[in-house]
Amino acid sequence: MRKVAVLGGGHNKFCFNSPKTSVEMLSEVAMDAIIESNLKPKDIQAINVGNVLGDFAEGQGMVQSFFANDIGCFNVPASRFEGACASGSMALRDAVMWVASGYYDIVLVGGVERATAMGTALATRTFAMFGDGHYEFPAGFTFPAAFALLAHLYSDRYGIPLERLKEQMAAVSVQSHEYGMKNPNAQIHKEISKEDVLKSFMVTTPIQLHDACPFSDGAAVVILASEEAAKKLTDKPVYITGIGQASSGKLSSQFQYLPRLRARELASQQAYSMAGLTPKDIDICELHDCFSIASLIAAEGLGFFEFGTAGEAWERGETRLGGKIPINMSGGLKSKGHPIGATGVSQAYELTRQLRGQMADQGRQVDGAKHALMDTLGGDGVLVSVIFAAE
Amino acid sequence: MEYKIIFKDYSKALKKNKLLGLKCNDCGTVTCPPMMVCQNCAGTNQEIVELKGDGKVVTFTTSFINSEGRENEMPITIVMVELDEGPWIMGNLVDMDPTKVTMDVIGKTVKLGHRVFPGDKYSAGEMARPVFSISN
Repeated sequence: MRKVAVLGGGHNKFCFNSPKTSVEMLSEVAMDAIIESNLKPKDIQAINVGNVLGDFAEGQGMVQSFFANDIGCFNVPASRFEGACASGSMALRDAVMWVASGYYDIVLVGGVERATAMGTALATRTFAMFGDGHYEFPAGFTFPAAFALLAHLYSDRYGIPLERLKEQMAAVSVQSHEYGMKNPNAQIHKEISKEDVLKSFMVTTPIQLHDACPFSDGAAVVILASEEAAKKLTDKPVYITGIGQASSGKLSSQFQYLPRLRARELASQQAYSMAGLTPKDIDICELHDCFSIASLIAAEGLGFFEFGTAGEAWERGETRLGGKIPINMSGGLKSKGHPIGATGVSQAYELTRQLRGQMADQGRQVDGAKHALMDTLGGDGVLVSVIFAAE
Repeated sequence: MEYKIIFKDYSKALKKNKLLGLKCNDCGTVTCPPMMVCQNCAGTNQEIVELKGDGKVVTFTTSFINSEGRENEMPITIVMVELDEGPWIMGNLVDMDPTKVTMDVIGKTVKLGHRVFPGDKYSAGEMARPVFSISN
């Protein structure tokens, strides 16, 4: 297999109520990425797009083809990936394999979502479609509820009193908002305190409003190339050295592992193994913090902390800039926002810039970072891990 | 290969408070909710069994938000129950004020009943769901 590099990228400011269509948002960031990569639209050989709810949000399916046409990638093969919140990461992993195989030299990977056009009630309904629609939805299943079930289970299994766990969860949200303040592309620029989290609206016990990421609109793009093509186009290629993906079934079917998510552990092991790295080698991580408790479960499943101890690590500052493993220097899904089709591509955009040392101006650069890990969770059913390396 | 239990039959039985699952004749594992294969060994040598409907609460949440069209069900307590036969299933806790449910409920033994979700415009019809009451 050939080495695969990331060229340029594009990313808009994630927001509520975008006045732009999904095709427009995606086209704008794609043109930014094409220009930054020293390419023309005609150089793009294939397009992979993560988009989940365009049909419900704006009556628009098949954004990938209309978007390809809008940016002048006329008749270029374009595919849509749907894996709930991991759609963009699936699109990315698939594109890596196309380039690594030698079939294509240059592939554009995009993601877009306009979820806020649905309003909260319909958005909650459509997001619940990524749980089991027959055996679990009738009980009132929603994604906040799924992670709330995991939070209480986490408290019980690891013997952490709920009040203590709630403080640890609050520490996650506080940190995310602090770094999100420094990210010009973040949806929410607002510092919050532990007290703000603990007095916010109770969504589903024990998850409160500030334990949860927002609904978001936004788009992101990265362009992948073979090593040979990349060396002609950029002085600072960042390589993708490990990829992994694993599936899981309905929440109750995962009972032997919960609150651990087995699919994440398998996906990240695939990526670590392919890259020849261990968790200790990772300098920076963007992980899927759709809920504060999800961050703890993710950081443990990725191998950064012992099970049941990630909350203490957050409280001790080990996940901050300069800490043992800086996590979500972008502000994470919580503060940066979570336009679900775009989220994985946004993580890739963020980590590529970190490995190129381009975040110093924003005051959130992990100095000398060589290896980066991204982790994305989609619904009950898919986990994707990708490892990036600076040359 | 056909399913031994399809959702329609599971739901129909649940409306009579009968909880159907599949017992694997090779490894002994009970799979519920039913799947095509044994959830442990992926084998297909399974037979239909009726579970007792007894179990204990392993986790819970009381939701104050829900999907479009289900607002009038709030607040609602969702539970995961470990059945005596081994598997976990999701349902609702009833006969208890949802706002009073705390961590103390974990480990409590419960007994199965059912309610019917009538479906919404995104569902393919009505669906029975398990509900649980604390047993004495």
